[in-house]
Amino acid sequence: MPKSQPDAYQEFIKGLWRENPVFAQVLGMCPMLAVTNSAVNGLAMGAATFFVLVASSLLVATLKQWIPRQVRISSYIIIIATFVTVTDYTLQALVPAIHKELGAFIPLIVANCLILGRQEAFASRQPVGLALVDALGMATGFLFALLALGSVREILGEGALFGVDLFGPNFEPWVIMVLPPGGFLTLGLLLLFFSWLAERRQKLAERLAEMEVEGS
Amino acid sequence: MNELVWIFISALLVNNFVLAYFLGLCPFLGVSGRLETALRLGLATLFVMLITALCSWLLNTYVLIYAPYLRLISFIVVIASTVQFIEMVIKRVSPGLFRALGIFLPLITTNCAILGLAIFATNKGYGLVEGMTYALGAGLGFTLALVLMAGLREETQIAPVPRLLRGTALNLIIAGILSMAFMGFAGLFSAA
Repeated sequence: MPKSQPDAYQEFIKGLWRENPVFAQVLGMCPMLAVTNSAVNGLAMGAATFFVLVASSLLVATLKQWIPRQVRISSYIIIIATFVTVTDYTLQALVPAIHKELGAFIPLIVANCLILGRQEAFASRQPVGLALVDALGMATGFLFALLALGSVREILGEGALFGVDLFGPNFEPWVIMVLPPGGFLTLGLLLLFFSWLAERRQKLAERLAEMEVEGS
Repeated sequence: MNELVWIFISALLVNNFVLAYFLGLCPFLGVSGRLETALRLGLATLFVMLITALCSWLLNTYVLIYAPYLRLISFIVVIASTVQFIEMVIKRVSPGLFRALGIFLPLITTNCAILGLAIFATNKGYGLVEGMTYALGAGLGFTLALVLMAGLREETQIAPVPRLLRGTALNLIIAGILSMAFMGFAGLFSAA
């Protein structure tokens, strides 16, 4: 298995944009919509998921020869659940305020399809180094998406970002944005924006190709 | 008795698992293409929820008082085995349904609604009867959301929607409007 530099770089960068877990694959939405009513919560959830995803990918990639095929899914789930328990207790000890805010959604990281999906699709088939890079890229992409969603909802819903007031006292907050419907609507509109970008780029590439044909 | 009705209505409508807690979104967006499949997946989920509520109560009462840090792992193992069992039953009883549900049947295991149910019920300190009522309300609420969504999506199939909007973006916006409608139920108990 080649492990050259550009290869690893590709694996890292694909999680950030082209195969972004949220905007391109629409995975791991359950925990993300519930907690992204502010940028701080989004960041905390993203960080927790980051740790769980990277640690489980590392362990699965290391242990893959010893995990029998028939019980692989259960094994992955137990590995993930172990790391989530660690995260849960750590957050409770270090930042009790945020832990209280995120509540039951920390244990629910176990059921994040993104993490299980990466184990099954990538970590169980690739060498440890590549699996680590892939997990880092995906987790960063997820963190980025959570932060984007949390920021949009906090700016519109409370007129603030990271608790800092942005618009002054005259701003009438859209309370709906921090409530559940706002989560669905914001993600829907962000997805729309991303598919519009993708289509525009494709059209641009087609036009460039046409111009090249004409020019030659 | 009054308490139980409140728990049931709360899980069914006011704090609907899908539309207020965002739990179980993967099947909610994945299987809501056709009304019939949506209904059956909803009922299968309801069944798993009831069994999970029973098992998590047993675990909480008899095992986990000695080892609380094993809670998450033991819940997941119980849910995974229940799903495996249901999968075998459905495969035997109704092969057509088995094919229609496809990958989403084993994926009930990673349906956060079910794990969420066990965790919420534990956090709220529900006993056996309250836990089962909660599971019934949550399962029916999940089915309700899934069926409503499937009905709406069948309508959008024939509606003149811009091509760019089709797919997940449209579904999420529909879900947002549905969720807004369900927020109306929040006033239901404020008077009581």
